Amino acid sequence: MRIELQKRDGVSTLFAVLSPFVALGLTLIAGVILFVALGKDPVAALYSFFIEPLTEIWSLHELAIKAAPLILIAVGLSVCFRSNNWNIGAEGQFIIGAMAGSILPVVFHGWQSPLVLPLMIVFAMIGGAAYAAIPAFLKARLNTNEILTSLMLVYVAQLFLDWTVRGPWRNPEGFNFPETRNFHDYAVLPRIIETGKTHWGFGFALIAAIVLWFVMRRTLKGFEITVLGQSARAGRFAGFSDKKMVYFAFLLSGALAGLAGMAEVSGSIEQLRPVISPGYGFTAIIVAFLGRLNPLGIVAAGLVLALTYLGGEAAQISIGITDKVTRLFQGLLLFFVLGCDTLIHYRIRLVFGAAQKGSAA
Amino acid sequence: MKLVSCALRKNASKLGESERCLSPGGDVENQQSEIPLLETRGLTKIFGSLRACDAIDLAIAPGEVHALLGENGAGKSTLVKMLFGVLDPSGGEILWKGKPVKIGSPGEARATGIGMVFQHFSLFEALTVAENIALALDGKVPIEKISDEARRLSLDYGLPLDPSAHVADLSVGERQRIEIVRALLQNPELIILDEPTSVLTPQEADKLFETLAKLKAEGRSVLYISHRLEEVQRICDRATVLRHGKVTGACDPRQETPSSLARMMVGGEVATVSGAGLGEPGEVLVEVQKLSAPARSPFAVTLKDVDLTVRAGEVIAIAGVAGNGQSELFDVLSGEVTVSDADSIRIAGVAAGRLGITARRLMGCSFVPEERHGHAAVPNMNLSSNLVLSRYASDRKTFLSGGWLGLINAGPVATATKRISSAMDVRKSLVDPMAGSLSGGNLQKFIVGRELDRQPRVLVVNQPTWGVDAGAASRIRQALIDLAKSGSAVIVISQDLDEVFEIASRVAVLNEGRLSRPEPVATMTRERIGLLMGGFHDGAGHPQPEALHAH
Repeated sequence: MRIELQKRDGVSTLFAVLSPFVALGLTLIAGVILFVALGKDPVAALYSFFIEPLTEIWSLHELAIKAAPLILIAVGLSVCFRSNNWNIGAEGQFIIGAMAGSILPVVFHGWQSPLVLPLMIVFAMIGGAAYAAIPAFLKARLNTNEILTSLMLVYVAQLFLDWTVRGPWRNPEGFNFPETRNFHDYAVLPRIIETGKTHWGFGFALIAAIVLWFVMRRTLKGFEITVLGQSARAGRFAGFSDKKMVYFAFLLSGALAGLAGMAEVSGSIEQLRPVISPGYGFTAIIVAFLGRLNPLGIVAAGLVLALTYLGGEAAQISIGITDKVTRLFQGLLLFFVLGCDTLIHYRIRLVFGAAQKGSAA
Repeated sequence: MKLVSCALRKNASKLGESERCLSPGGDVENQQSEIPLLETRGLTKIFGSLRACDAIDLAIAPGEVHALLGENGAGKSTLVKMLFGVLDPSGGEILWKGKPVKIGSPGEARATGIGMVFQHFSLFEALTVAENIALALDGKVPIEKISDEARRLSLDYGLPLDPSAHVADLSVGERQRIEIVRALLQNPELIILDEPTSVLTPQEADKLFETLAKLKAEGRSVLYISHRLEEVQRICDRATVLRHGKVTGACDPRQETPSSLARMMVGGEVATVSGAGLGEPGEVLVEVQKLSAPARSPFAVTLKDVDLTVRAGEVIAIAGVAGNGQSELFDVLSGEVTVSDADSIRIAGVAAGRLGITARRLMGCSFVPEERHGHAAVPNMNLSSNLVLSRYASDRKTFLSGGWLGLINAGPVATATKRISSAMDVRKSLVDPMAGSLSGGNLQKFIVGRELDRQPRVLVVNQPTWGVDAGAASRIRQALIDLAKSGSAVIVISQDLDEVFEIASRVAVLNEGRLSRPEPVATMTRERIGLLMGGFHDGAGHPQPEALHAH
């Protein structure tokens, strides 16, 4: 007996729309089973995980702050994934972007001017793009697998940040704590509204999502991205260059990841520390797929995934379970999203006996 | 020969294969001539909502050559895949010598006594002939024995083959011989051949027919799948015609005319293509001189010193057996692959060898590649997007707006899609369906129409009617001729000799990356083309040194 995936004749539009919600529902059911197995009251646990963070104004601001980097990175990744470039290293581009954006306030902290913030943005985007250019170059020139190279570069970036913060960039007045100087006022990303903590990182995320949605939907560039992702050969026939697209996709997603990194350190942390991200670059991969690689869907998906971060913290405090549950929920969600998407296009068949494959002819 | 074949079988008998040894007279069959060797009753295969085979009744008598006729997509391949155990029938039964059998896998089919030669070969190019045969025998027979047996069999049946040669070095015809010898080693009573001549030169096909006659004389049956009417009339005793998965006729092909057979296949008359009205060629539009391009992969073909001049108002056909550099030639003509010598390709007098495909399109050229899915069109995109695919640069003014933003204008694109669909009679159920949901013929009509719609000065087409039904094929051919009449230069790369003779004003033959001098179609014969296809470059039976070397 074998299990076989058989392509369906048509794709149900209804289920194509419902799929992310079905995945969310299944994640919740799996969550109930999980909490029961842990001996916790599942209703209370799910309440504190998914509802409680939405009940207060300050936690809604937290939600936006957490969602901002996820959306920014995921929007860039959606262009990558649509063009068939598998950038798994956004976490590293996020870190390098944050570091490049921190050069002015950390190394040249004496120079305080309104020009600092715009320059930090530019530096961060260049830094993230440059770091993403490494796997892009390796893929375009040497045909290496970008999944492996971009992933491995994440660990390089993490250790480089760790070394820098403990070494050359350590705050000389910081009692030997592994931290850089606090950013001066000109280097801190302002809040969007005075009453809440949400900073302009969330604004950048929304702008990026809307711009890329428009590009993908209406412009020739978006068309080029989709064609090359579907078939490189047809893309070459159209006169598009698949090698240039590798660079375009990686540089764009790297720049957005770098911007997200800078927004996080400048808007939220206000200094560099050995660890600046709870895995935003990886979670953004889930966000991109949960949002069906559509920039507007990604905004919604980013808010959902941000909720799992807040919920994890809340559940840790209120019912005393480990914050590893956050990662678990994220993993479950990705699993169910991909599973639902697959089952929209294929049905499962159990095959007894004769072969079904027609590959011989 | 038979004795040795049996000895080999005995050696392999640990595999549980029965020891069937046909004697050349086929006395076993003579006793059973009343009962068909193989019969299907109501054999059905359903893919989703498509009935690929719908209640097929077929009976093959011992010692007959039985033709299975039908257009692409009629269900021929599905039927034989069920007979060979590759696919599972959804309904109906298969009888072998009058007894119901269940053929669950190709191995079981071989054990029953059915051998098959597929249209697309399953050979390892890096291995030798004998090694490839040994792989299929899945036994522990020593390779020397297989070599000896293969050599003997191949000589007996007029299929000369060197067991120690590497497959990569062999021509398509020789590769097919390996497949046939491989099937014969299993000592089958029924041999299924799927479109065997589609890859052969006329001379190679004649050789194959001799072999089939030998097999028939031995009392073996042959199921011969084809859509070529002449050869079916020439070699087959009976024919079963399929259309849309149903049997539409069973006849003796020799009693029928080609047009009555075609009617059974197509279900109606096919318009004849008329090349009348092609005037005197005008100015030179394409000039290829000493064009060479190195192979881009180990098994690709190197183009060597290709010379070709195409004038306005003529259709040049480039004939040749598949795999002799057709796609390589298309790639350099289209600019998907550029060459280092800019002067080796001149389009309307401009050196274009280094220009990419977009620049060449802007010079008035259009291109139709061989592969529809994933090259000429993106299957998961709708027709209007596939229109933008090849036209966004040439029709920038209409299709795009917003300057550097490059906004795609949905309105004009939809209008043009509609215009092309109605001009080429593209049949579709939705206004703007996914390209992949159209049948091969309809999609090809759209792709050809997409390029004709802009009235190109130069059109390069690779295999314009490959896998296309007869109605669509004649429409496409007529459209190509009409384009030439209107004063454009048309280059058609085609393996289909009927097509070549139908539409071309001049014919050249591509063999191992070399192109023969184009000759007027009036003075060209099939025999001459066959010789050119086989590497005799002066076309008179005197092989050039390279050609000799290669074989």
